[in-house]
Amino acid sequence: MDKGKILSRSIWVFHFASAACNNCDIEIIDALTPRFDLERFGIKLVGSIRHADCLLVSGIMNEKGATRLKFLYDIAPKPLAVVTFGSCGASGGLFTNSYNFYGPPDKIIPVDAYIPGCPPRPEAIIDGIVKVVKKLRTVRCVM
Amino acid sequence: MVLFYYIVFPGFLATFIAGGVASWIERKLTARIQTRVGPPFLQPFYDVRKLFIKEITIPEHSSRSIFMISPIVALASISVVAAVVGLNLINPAYGFNGDLIVCVYLLLIPSLCVILGASASGNPLASLGASREMKLVLSYELAFWASLAVPVLKTNSIRLTDIMSFQALNGSIAGSLSGIIAFIVAIICMQAKLAKVPFDIPEAETEISGGAYIEYSGPLLGFFKITQYMMLVILPLFLLEIFWGPMNSTVGILKYLLLLFVIIVLENTNPRLKIDQAVKFFWFGLFPFGVVSIILAILGV
Repeated sequence: MDKGKILSRSIWVFHFASAACNNCDIEIIDALTPRFDLERFGIKLVGSIRHADCLLVSGIMNEKGATRLKFLYDIAPKPLAVVTFGSCGASGGLFTNSYNFYGPPDKIIPVDAYIPGCPPRPEAIIDGIVKVVKKLRTVRCVM
Repeated sequence: MVLFYYIVFPGFLATFIAGGVASWIERKLTARIQTRVGPPFLQPFYDVRKLFIKEITIPEHSSRSIFMISPIVALASISVVAAVVGLNLINPAYGFNGDLIVCVYLLLIPSLCVILGASASGNPLASLGASREMKLVLSYELAFWASLAVPVLKTNSIRLTDIMSFQALNGSIAGSLSGIIAFIVAIICMQAKLAKVPFDIPEAETEISGGAYIEYSGPLLGFFKITQYMMLVILPLFLLEIFWGPMNSTVGILKYLLLLFVIIVLENTNPRLKIDQAVKFFWFGLFPFGVVSIILAILGV
């Protein structure tokens, strides 16, 4: 029973935005609009981390965000895929030299895919989803 | 043999598969109304299959046994209702006296299990979801029982097969004035029982992060999802059996699809009500209509 393959058909996403400028948050919602329609792949936004298969992280990790991100990753049921969204998630983006920047998310939790862009275009979001689905189907037991 | 009816057909397995198809119809039609493409045919089954491979997480401050048992009890009771309603459709000899009352009582149990499970979760948002579900149940049960009194009064029987054979002889209950009012009241109460917009107050995702189901994960959430799929099949069939007349195979399926279409269109064209608006709507808006239909049924109209 390949958990990754079963997971790749129906990915429920929990969006965690910590100190984000909200541009990425708008782009996440617009990938679900009729023009790009991610629900045809079984992807849906959920309201609780306990229901999630993918933790989508956007924004800068400050002290509040970093502690809560670690907590969310611990209480999420595994198997879980973590995806960071935007250039803030990849490396800190504009805010790398800021006084309250605790480091990009991959210093706190293991990350499976990065979606680059500031903000990422919907085409880049779909490309990122393809990366995650391919990784779920080939690598055994993604955590 | 009883176990076969309860577990395989028309109990748990057959209703689960039918419920998955009904849930796909709901999601595809919703997507089409929003000019989207919508998920593939097996998507509800992929969702349930995925939920059963995740780990179960039990919150630290929860009541462990009630938290774990509630989804299973909900699934067990809805399977019994599925067996009774399905058997009455196939072969009228399988009913028993009073099975209408038994079905309505058993249909209360899934909502009760949601309340119990949410209260046992140890999360303040879940207790908000539980209190909203309690208020919703208090409000729609009154109007539901009032509308159910009309077929009982007209046919002088509380047995599903007697009501169905009465309708085969004398025309459907929804053909008379009292019957059509009661049927419309029952459809709106069914919308609340299925927890669909405009009455999906307990599971308001954007407001209270999943509400009553916030701490449920993995197979326990899977049991609740299967219960929701099965209720989407059982409740319209139950209402059609008592209100809209003889349910032969093709005509019955068309009637069920029409009722499902009404549910989906109601879901897509309405905003969500607040809980006090919903309680006022059921107590002071729908219940008087139920009383009027009872009076009309007593008068023989």
